[in-house]
Amino acid sequence: MAEELKVFRTWSSPFALRVVWALQLKGVPFETIYEDLSNKSSLLLQYNPIYKKVPVLVHNGKPLAESLVILEYIEETWKQTPLLPQDPFERATARFWARFGDDKVLPSIWNVFIKQGKEQEEAMVTAQGSLKYLEEELRGKKFFSGEKIGLVDLAFGWIANLVDVFEEVKGVTLIDHENHPLLLAWKQNFMDAPIIKESWPSRDKLITKYHAMLEAYTAKEAAAK
Amino acid sequence: MAKSEVKLLGAWPSPFVMRARIALNIKAVEYEFLQETLEPKSQLLLQSNPVYKKIPVLIHADKPICESLVIVQYIDDVWTSGPSILPSDPYDRAIHRFWAAYLDDKFYPTLRSIRAAQGEEARKALLEQLAEGIALLEEAFGKCSQGKAFFGGDGIGFLDIAFGCFLGLLRATEKMGGVKLLDEAKTPGLVKWADRFCADGAVKGVMPETEKLIEFAKVFMAKMRGAPAK
Repeated sequence: MAEELKVFRTWSSPFALRVVWALQLKGVPFETIYEDLSNKSSLLLQYNPIYKKVPVLVHNGKPLAESLVILEYIEETWKQTPLLPQDPFERATARFWARFGDDKVLPSIWNVFIKQGKEQEEAMVTAQGSLKYLEEELRGKKFFSGEKIGLVDLAFGWIANLVDVFEEVKGVTLIDHENHPLLLAWKQNFMDAPIIKESWPSRDKLITKYHAMLEAYTAKEAAAK
Repeated sequence: MAKSEVKLLGAWPSPFVMRARIALNIKAVEYEFLQETLEPKSQLLLQSNPVYKKIPVLIHADKPICESLVIVQYIDDVWTSGPSILPSDPYDRAIHRFWAAYLDDKFYPTLRSIRAAQGEEARKALLEQLAEGIALLEEAFGKCSQGKAFFGGDGIGFLDIAFGCFLGLLRATEKMGGVKLLDEAKTPGLVKWADRFCADGAVKGVMPETEKLIEFAKVFMAKMRGAPAK
């Protein structure tokens, strides 16, 4: 039976990019469907009725949502270029950090970007606390997963390109040489890695997008007061 | 394996701790249960889970594993001679993981907020949200169980554990709020599943009694009201 594999994504979604990377690293061919989230396709709504978001993976007609769930599915279905270690304790550690990224690192960095005043200050304290853990995790390692890119690197991939977009648009510093030398080295290695480096969304387009988002959010907050 | 090789740091009311205990029971793993005081947090907790400082923490041959769903998967990965917790098919595994994440990201935060809800309007809105979630889970149960007893099929699986651990809290919420969340008319599948789950050998000894949970919730709520403003 011919394999049918589709990925629903947007040009900018960092979550969808994880899925794209995983499939490309494993050399698995797939069809890409770009969504416009302001005008969601009926297919997207049918395949992901609970969250109505990207990414969605559809394999031989069966849909899956939630990027970390999709990554584990990809890992279990296509065994080449493994993204998770074999050892159960190391696997548990990888799963722990992947969730930590989405539960703690991303929300705090997002709040530094989107909020103002006291909320922004508090978010910065939380973000720096989270980034410290990441810096420690990289000790003695090129990538979070060791010598080669793995699931945790893909999960943290947004840090490599989006953080500096946020820094530029907002005029803040989140990651610096003094406090995060290992994270900066990781960022360079990850950005330049084969396959990964071909798939980054346009930085200029991201700057424009996040600039507009910040302006809209700030205006809404001001109007609400 | 010596009993002390496997330790679980936890507390009896926690649904997340229950997940780990059920998984260990399914695999017939002997372990030492270390009751965590939480106020103040023990040195062991702070050392073994410095990132979140939360229970459960599984300590296996002195190595700590944190986050309940990570722990359950670890238990499944290590003790392979016992019954499998995750299904064997990758797509089924993904469906179990999807719903488990939904339970932690959406369902539980709503359930927990009901306790602290200010005013009848807020409470009603949260209860409606919860009911919607339960309806989704009823549908998921139909699809996952395929007519069998559990989300995992004939035996308790990953999603049974991820969801079943909240049954105590759900029942306490029903009693305290005078509402019905699992209802024979609306969620017949889940009503029967809940009884089977609670009666299962791996669950019976670790599911707290509803009355005890209600007492605990009252003490907890009183503390929250008395707590200084952040």
